[in-house]
Amino acid sequence: MTISRGLKAVLAAVTGVVVVVIYLPLALVMLNSFNASRSFAWPPHQLTTRWWQAAARSSGARHGLLVSVEVALLATVVALLLGTLAALALQRTHFFGRNAVSLVIILPIALPGIVTGIALNNAFRTMFGWELGFLTIVVAHATFCIVTVFNNVQARLQRLGGNLEQASMDLGAGVLTTFRLVTFPMLRSALLAGALLSFGLSFDEIVVTTFTAGATEQTLPIWIFQNLFRPNQAPVVNVVAAVLVLLSAVPIYLAQRLSGGAGERVAGAR
Amino acid sequence: MLWLGVAYLGALAALFLTAFWGQNSFTGEVERVWNVDNFRTLVTVDVYRTITLRTLGIAALVTVLDAVIAFPVALYMAKVASPRAQRLLVIAVLMPLWASYLVKAYAWRSMLGHGGLVSWLARPFGLDTPGYGLAGLIIVLAYLWLPYMILPVYAGLERLPDSLLEASADLGARNVSTLARVVLPMAMPAVVAGSIFTFSLSMGDYIAVKIVGGANQMLGNVVYDNVGAANNLPLAAAVATVPVVVMLGYLAAARRTGALEQL
Repeated sequence: MTISRGLKAVLAAVTGVVVVVIYLPLALVMLNSFNASRSFAWPPHQLTTRWWQAAARSSGARHGLLVSVEVALLATVVALLLGTLAALALQRTHFFGRNAVSLVIILPIALPGIVTGIALNNAFRTMFGWELGFLTIVVAHATFCIVTVFNNVQARLQRLGGNLEQASMDLGAGVLTTFRLVTFPMLRSALLAGALLSFGLSFDEIVVTTFTAGATEQTLPIWIFQNLFRPNQAPVVNVVAAVLVLLSAVPIYLAQRLSGGAGERVAGAR
Repeated sequence: MLWLGVAYLGALAALFLTAFWGQNSFTGEVERVWNVDNFRTLVTVDVYRTITLRTLGIAALVTVLDAVIAFPVALYMAKVASPRAQRLLVIAVLMPLWASYLVKAYAWRSMLGHGGLVSWLARPFGLDTPGYGLAGLIIVLAYLWLPYMILPVYAGLERLPDSLLEASADLGARNVSTLARVVLPMAMPAVVAGSIFTFSLSMGDYIAVKIVGGANQMLGNVVYDNVGAANNLPLAAAVATVPVVVMLGYLAAARRTGALEQL
């Protein structure tokens, strides 16, 4: 290596500081969930588990969590189906404007969420005449979740090429049998990674959700946001936040368990 | 495919059509009369101009800040750290991405508040917390989007062959000139790729502003308020075209540097 010792030390120091700063707020949320002071004065003078008990009893938080999980599951299922189909269609066929389509696909990630949010809000209410509610949240979430599944499947298909499927067809398997026995097993880890990402994305999403949720349904992020500015609720919100920090380790753990390449995709695409 | 093509693009198109409609000032109903009043409002009314410029300024500052912080970290990860440390660092950078956006913004709210951690840390140096305002907002946005910058730059630097660094050193270049004349130009497309995320995400943000931005507004807040309280969808749509146009321009420019292949 040609990087001098001095520079290496500087780089290491910067990296160390950055990693500490990245984790400091998260650690603080954990600590504050035990902070007896309502206003989270620093440093904490007394620790308590009172807020955790209060949070466990909070019906708003529990309901929000339930809605969030349901929405995320449904959106993930829809995204898996449509995303895979789209990737297969784009990979197997060549048509005019294929490149334009790939640009369209990064649009929902490249455009600010608020644009997607009001575009869908407008479409649901004025074009389709739907009431905003549970269903519209799912549809909205599925719209941007498709992208993550599509990306994963697309990358996998590109790496694999079509030879194995051709071989399977040559050996007499039909389209469905080939998909079941050849294509699907090869895609499985990519699908898992895509599903994990979709779920995480949907679970955490707030911007698009505010515009598509209507007044009756509350996902967990919306509940947090609405209670954020209420001093009385602050400790409970903080406990919920701490729980979410703990939960965020789960997908990383799962991603590590997935076979190497897929794990990196899960991590990288977010 | 149909879904994305028809539903999403259709919704976007409808939104931009709405931007050209007006609102009846008496009933508040949307009137389907073609005009460019909304855009005229946007350009001529001082408040909107200020907010637009402020939003662009914040997004640009956050992006530059992230690039400056991310570069040394990515360089360390890609070229100095051992393979094991590399893996751990990638996980360390990734993990916060899975933690909720709200939770992180919220954590900063309690840190930046008076009597919070930041003022406690700064007091020995005779400083105080920046409080809730533009400075706090920029810090929080830079914090939120930092991993989106570190990861592409890291991936870009990892692809950079070590032999180039050696060649540069053999030819007599010192650290600084190797960095400036070899590493930086090669890493530029990756930095641009990362900046797409940081810029776009900062520009569309309206939640962090509410949490730590004090009384300041960004474009996102204008859109939000016009959809919600004022119920003036046409104006909101017109405001929302600003980030879209900026982003499309940005993407077109980024394409020329080859950054899109780095995504």
